[in-house]
Amino acid sequence: MSVGAPRIDVIVSEVVEVNDLIKRFRFVRADGGDMPHFSGGSHVVIEMNDHGTRRMNPYSLMSDPADSKGYEISVRRDDAGRGGSLYMHRHVKAGMRMQIGHPVNLFPPDARAKKHLFLAGGIGITPFMSMMSQLAPVGARFELHYSVRSRALGAYVDRLTAAYAGRVHVYVDEKGEAIDLKTLLATQPLGTHLYVCGPKGMIEWVKSTAYAMGWPANTVHSEEFLAPPVGQPFEVELAASGRTLTVGAAQSILEAMEAAGVDAPYLCRGGACGQCETAVVRCDGHIHHHDHWLSDDEKAAKTKIMPCVSRFEGKTLVLDR
Amino acid sequence: MTKTVFEKSIRSRPVYGELQPRAGGAHLFVADGEGAGAIVDMVARAGSAAAELLEKAHIIYTPGANGTDQFAALERLGAAQCHRSPSFAAAESRLRKVLADAHMGLQVYLAGTETVIGLAQRAAMEAGLPHDAVQTEHRGSLARRVQCVHCKGITESVTTDPFVCSHCGLNLFVRDHYSRRLAAFQGVNIDAEDPGQVPPAVERFK
Amino acid sequence: MGFEFNNETFRNDFTFRNSPRAIARFPFPFDRDDYMYSVNMEPHVPGRPGSVFEHAFDVDEHYLAEMRDRALVLKDDPLRCQSLPHMELAGWDLLELIMESKARDYPHWFELHKTGNRWTWINRPMEIEQTFTFLDPSTLPYGPMEYITRQTQGDFTLQDQRDENLWIEAGMVTTQADWSLDFDIGMSFHEWHAPVPLAHEKGVFDRALKFLLKLQHGAPVRRFNWTMTVDPLLDTSPENYPKWGPTKSQITLDNIGKRQHLRVELQTLWRLPRSNAIAFPIRCYLIKFEEIVTQPKWARRLHRVVRDLHPDLAAYKGFLRNRETMVKWLSQYDDGAPTSPGWWPED
Repeated sequence: MSVGAPRIDVIVSEVVEVNDLIKRFRFVRADGGDMPHFSGGSHVVIEMNDHGTRRMNPYSLMSDPADSKGYEISVRRDDAGRGGSLYMHRHVKAGMRMQIGHPVNLFPPDARAKKHLFLAGGIGITPFMSMMSQLAPVGARFELHYSVRSRALGAYVDRLTAAYAGRVHVYVDEKGEAIDLKTLLATQPLGTHLYVCGPKGMIEWVKSTAYAMGWPANTVHSEEFLAPPVGQPFEVELAASGRTLTVGAAQSILEAMEAAGVDAPYLCRGGACGQCETAVVRCDGHIHHHDHWLSDDEKAAKTKIMPCVSRFEGKTLVLDR
Repeated sequence: MTKTVFEKSIRSRPVYGELQPRAGGAHLFVADGEGAGAIVDMVARAGSAAAELLEKAHIIYTPGANGTDQFAALERLGAAQCHRSPSFAAAESRLRKVLADAHMGLQVYLAGTETVIGLAQRAAMEAGLPHDAVQTEHRGSLARRVQCVHCKGITESVTTDPFVCSHCGLNLFVRDHYSRRLAAFQGVNIDAEDPGQVPPAVERFK
Repeated sequence: MGFEFNNETFRNDFTFRNSPRAIARFPFPFDRDDYMYSVNMEPHVPGRPGSVFEHAFDVDEHYLAEMRDRALVLKDDPLRCQSLPHMELAGWDLLELIMESKARDYPHWFELHKTGNRWTWINRPMEIEQTFTFLDPSTLPYGPMEYITRQTQGDFTLQDQRDENLWIEAGMVTTQADWSLDFDIGMSFHEWHAPVPLAHEKGVFDRALKFLLKLQHGAPVRRFNWTMTVDPLLDTSPENYPKWGPTKSQITLDNIGKRQHLRVELQTLWRLPRSNAIAFPIRCYLIKFEEIVTQPKWARRLHRVVRDLHPDLAAYKGFLRNRETMVKWLSQYDDGAPTSPGWWPED
């Protein structure tokens, strides 16, 4: 790992099938010690050895930050993805040894908020679970609005409803239930902060509605980890290390560099944090920018790339790495 | 009188923009003295959107410390609520009540002197709005509200640099370093190292 | 540890001094013969045994005297320690970090015993034994940040992280190089650094902020800063400037060796786990000019740095008026011989 803290050796202590699509994993330290404390909204990068392919995927921590004995994540199976979630679902069993990174928080609640308004869609519930565990004991004011496809796929609905009665509102798509977003946003007291995590479409809908109703940008927070997309293989030249690599169809540039032993920085591996930002020395072709980090102008200029999620199509791509 | 042009300064010195109509559930305006003109100009720029904005608008105005009173021009706008207060201090409890009752979507527009903009911005921040969500436009006097870093006393309407602290009597030079929490610039003793050697006061903040 | 705590003062009769051991381990901040601002951050990992980098939080012979001086400053002006309401959790994070570090690094002086959230803290040098409930401020005589920083050398600030920025929103500041916590609290990273000359234009603060926003838990970093102080005065605050300002005009070639001090800040930065805030301890070390010149390499180098420093920096650091006297006095210890790279005294 190029940046920051060393990884933690862990043992998978529990695997629970939450529903048809979601499994929950609990990790404890291999040396029996305590996990580092973390703040609500944090994620960890889980390292997988998928039959020779190294995968490192970020997952939000959903367990109570006060629980220093273990970390829990929930993984939704993505049958069309590159295989990280499939690996977790099919191959990770209780008792297995794995490595994880230290927690990083790109989605912290604003500690000054007079009230926290959480909007979750599907598996996007997980960061809010750790946030609510941390906020409830100190008496912070919050409210959760949680949309699920069906009752059967509504992970943790019963647990949350029991723990935070009156503050949890569940909307089941199948039953035609939907959140009345405009009314909800119009009635929040001044000083409320809004947080949204879920499918891309939901995040865009919530953010654009809030902005149109006059919510200030710094009171609207979202998190979306992007899985590195699958695409055509391509070549990339690394100017500083003098290497030319082939990036496979289901591989990111970052993963290709790591496989070749090239030292490259990263934190979230999901296009959100900016840590892996790399200068483009030459680009004869088209960069498929998939990240949330670079501005539209920076993307158009083709002078920077986020190797964790972005791909290339064309003749030559030379990076300063 | 149009908006003020400022010299380039350090990063902690506030910068002001030009009020723009924004979408919102309610619109709160606070202005003093020549700041009334900024509101009138903004409403003019709003064009056809002005009527809807004014239906949900609350204007709180105080005449300037220099006596400028343009309340009549604001009244003519026909806002849902338009209130004239003799001073910012007299208006402050009204402002805090409005903010306490407000919902997200409230737009806050501040215009006039740095002192009133700063004090109203502080009230909005304490009510939970990010400081950069509040729009500001400077009009009128550049007189400063200055905190003496030594005795913590605030001297209002400082126009010269250096000046004498109205509380502890030290000779202070006026920095551009500004605290939003105090709504004040910083004043530091100018002759600490060589007591008595005080340069002549210059009128820097008219 | 093989040393006793000094009985000394940082005010009035100024009996502060460094023992030969303290001089040899002094964190001399110049690794070359010139100086300009840079981000200059490196991992804060344990360093040479005996050095100020050996432990996470250095406890040295000045510990008790510095804590007595801090108590006097706070008695006079309680606003030197402030925490905005949302920063209490970060205060607990800091208390835990310091208690765990000191109990681990100096077990003969400090002990921490935990039974769930019921903790007992023992600080033998200060003769404190306190049982309290972690995260319950009513069980401590002060808020968590104030409680632990009344027992820890150096100033501390706590930065909240939000909106891609850092906000200085809590601190214990009694040994500062002329800045006011009471005025700056609540400011963003660029705002509280605004008065620093030259560095903004060089992009130093843009790069530093970008780096710090990604600072990870378990991977602290450190850097140096420095200035000059007449007399061993820890509390060079703007609040008290009218009291200490006049001493700058009293420096002469005869008294400079004893009265002029190099003031070095060992600054470390830590990501705090529960609050996601960043702790910024600013540890101040003072050394007299006559103590510095007992190390020939430092004497040569300090002469060259002071002589060649950009005048804006000398003015900002507040010693432009005494620069000539400093250079003249230091020049007697500079034979022009080359100096070895790095800041260690001789190697």
